[in-house]
Amino acid sequence: MKKKIKIGIPRAFLYYRHHILWKNFFEKLNCQIVLSPDTNKEIIALGKDYSIDESCLSSKVYMGHVAYLIDKCDYVLIPRISDYGKDEKVCIKFSGLYDIVKNTFPNLKILNYNIEISTHHKEAYEFFKMGLKITKNPIKIIRAYYHAHKKEKKYNQELMQCQANNLKNNKLKILIIAHPYNIYDKYIGYPITKFFKENNIDIIYADRLDKKIAIEYSKELSETLYWTYSKEIIGAINYYQEAVDGIIFLTAFPCGPDSLVNELLIRKIKNVPITNIIIDESSAEAGLQTRLESFIDIIEGRKNNHE
Amino acid sequence: MNKKITFPHIGNYYIPISYLISKATRQEVIVPPPITKKTINLGSKYSPDYVCVPFKYNLGNFIESLELGADTIFQAGGGCRYGYYAELQEQILKDLGYHFEFVNFIKNNHVSLINIYKYVKKINPKINIITYSYYLFNTFLMIIIMDKLGKYPRENMGFEVNKDSFINIEKDFLNSLKGHINPLKLIKIYFKYKKRYRKCPINKPQDHLKIGIVGELYSIMEPYTSSNIERKLASRGIEVKRFTTFTYLLLIKQFNLKRLLRKGKKYLKYHLGADATESVVLSQELAKKGFDGIVHIKSFGCTPEISAMPIMAEVSKDYHIPIIYFSFDSNDSEVAVETRIEAFYDMIVAKKEQK
Repeated sequence: MKKKIKIGIPRAFLYYRHHILWKNFFEKLNCQIVLSPDTNKEIIALGKDYSIDESCLSSKVYMGHVAYLIDKCDYVLIPRISDYGKDEKVCIKFSGLYDIVKNTFPNLKILNYNIEISTHHKEAYEFFKMGLKITKNPIKIIRAYYHAHKKEKKYNQELMQCQANNLKNNKLKILIIAHPYNIYDKYIGYPITKFFKENNIDIIYADRLDKKIAIEYSKELSETLYWTYSKEIIGAINYYQEAVDGIIFLTAFPCGPDSLVNELLIRKIKNVPITNIIIDESSAEAGLQTRLESFIDIIEGRKNNHE
Repeated sequence: MNKKITFPHIGNYYIPISYLISKATRQEVIVPPPITKKTINLGSKYSPDYVCVPFKYNLGNFIESLELGADTIFQAGGGCRYGYYAELQEQILKDLGYHFEFVNFIKNNHVSLINIYKYVKKINPKINIITYSYYLFNTFLMIIIMDKLGKYPRENMGFEVNKDSFINIEKDFLNSLKGHINPLKLIKIYFKYKKRYRKCPINKPQDHLKIGIVGELYSIMEPYTSSNIERKLASRGIEVKRFTTFTYLLLIKQFNLKRLLRKGKKYLKYHLGADATESVVLSQELAKKGFDGIVHIKSFGCTPEISAMPIMAEVSKDYHIPIIYFSFDSNDSEVAVETRIEAFYDMIVAKKEQK
């Protein structure tokens, strides 16, 4: 029997956005997926070794995951995203990701696709091109892509439904405004979500909202914002403002888009308690805990006053 | 309608910018006071902590101009984070209690000349598309002349016989641009000062040191940010070359990108965004041309340039060319820059002697 191709997927950045799509696509094409583990101290250390000091923590985590995957698979998937059309850019880090990895690890075999709607590089076409590297059967690729795409849509809808149900109960609710690759990361976001779960507080995730609705709502807060990923998460603020008791901004140091967007929002939003948490690679959990505890005290007191 | 218009500083380009604004709108223009320590202190006091330095300088410029009585602010830019500066700056200044009108000419991440025209037409109904184009033409001509004349002194300043001779000519040249201007006069000025530069006595040895400067645009074009690194290098007897100018950014860049990618295909498959592609490909070009070293400057946290740095390290390895990286923040000491340049200078001199 032919050996299966092993495809490495770093558990960072776009993994949290597209993991269902990637998993189903490659499994349909008879590939084996090698996933890097949850972010841990070792991976952070690896990432620091392979990146420039000034890069943001999220990208250091990414480099750590890529470094972990060397020699464990045939290909590593490194997508490159430039824009989703006019006025729909993404952080510039994503446009350079492929070339950074290529130059940092010259011997790494990379599988990549490039989304740049402004020059007509669309997702379906790019996946088709990528699929040709794995199999020669075009029909198989098209079927795999549509299968994966459908699965992803269904999964996202389930998440949104789940969140909508959560809104109905009477517990304290906190909205976390953070990029998915920060909030779901074991090292960056997990201590915070764990803390809230232990204290019986419901978390509303900013990215679990229909993207089109989020982008519509984001225009009310910021007119000239052109980063799609930021639009998708800040839209949640206006959407959930009535339902939540507090908002947390979670950022990895020194995130470019967040440095401007979060500051603007903190200045604009007046009627909900807000805290801004910045995580870097030497953050201590104890300090974080104290800040979160006092934040909970504030929102609890506020809620009791209202009732 | 009487407005007092202001805009952020960038190098000497305040001359063409204020020319365009004053001619097109027929309103008073308040040029912000030259950047000093006070500007950056004001700017960084009210800015978010880890935003890049140009934001802080811009904000400092605005505050200083508002104190002088300006009531309209023009902001334009594009590329990376620059395109989003305007909205936050407006909010910060409003929170500080200033009253002003904030006009943002950035559309779809680019400066839109049509948007400028639409706005100008509102303030100054007498203007029509022909006069506007005429002023625009003069402005671009002025920028091109400034950039063309800027090249020669950079390359030869380090070898001047009489001290400060180049700086004095530059001062005269900039002053001559401030008066009344038409295209013919501009061309006359260009040839006059070109001649004066050429006549300036220099003592240039055959095998002098050559250094190229690449990096982020604001740090390169605004000398105060980088503690005037160009002059510091030149004063040690080095020929300095840089590519990033207004002419390049506004007129040439959009036609040049594909060519750059072709040239640098050994290192790059895609654009890195903003000026990072240039940083990589031009360092490769400079290395091929036999330059002795490359100085890479950027402001702290500049995302595109951070993407370029690991790739430039590969260029440095392949072509054996030394690269020094500078990252400027709001409170850098000039001495630290001086020391690092000194060390870099010693290194390239030693390397040259080895050959």
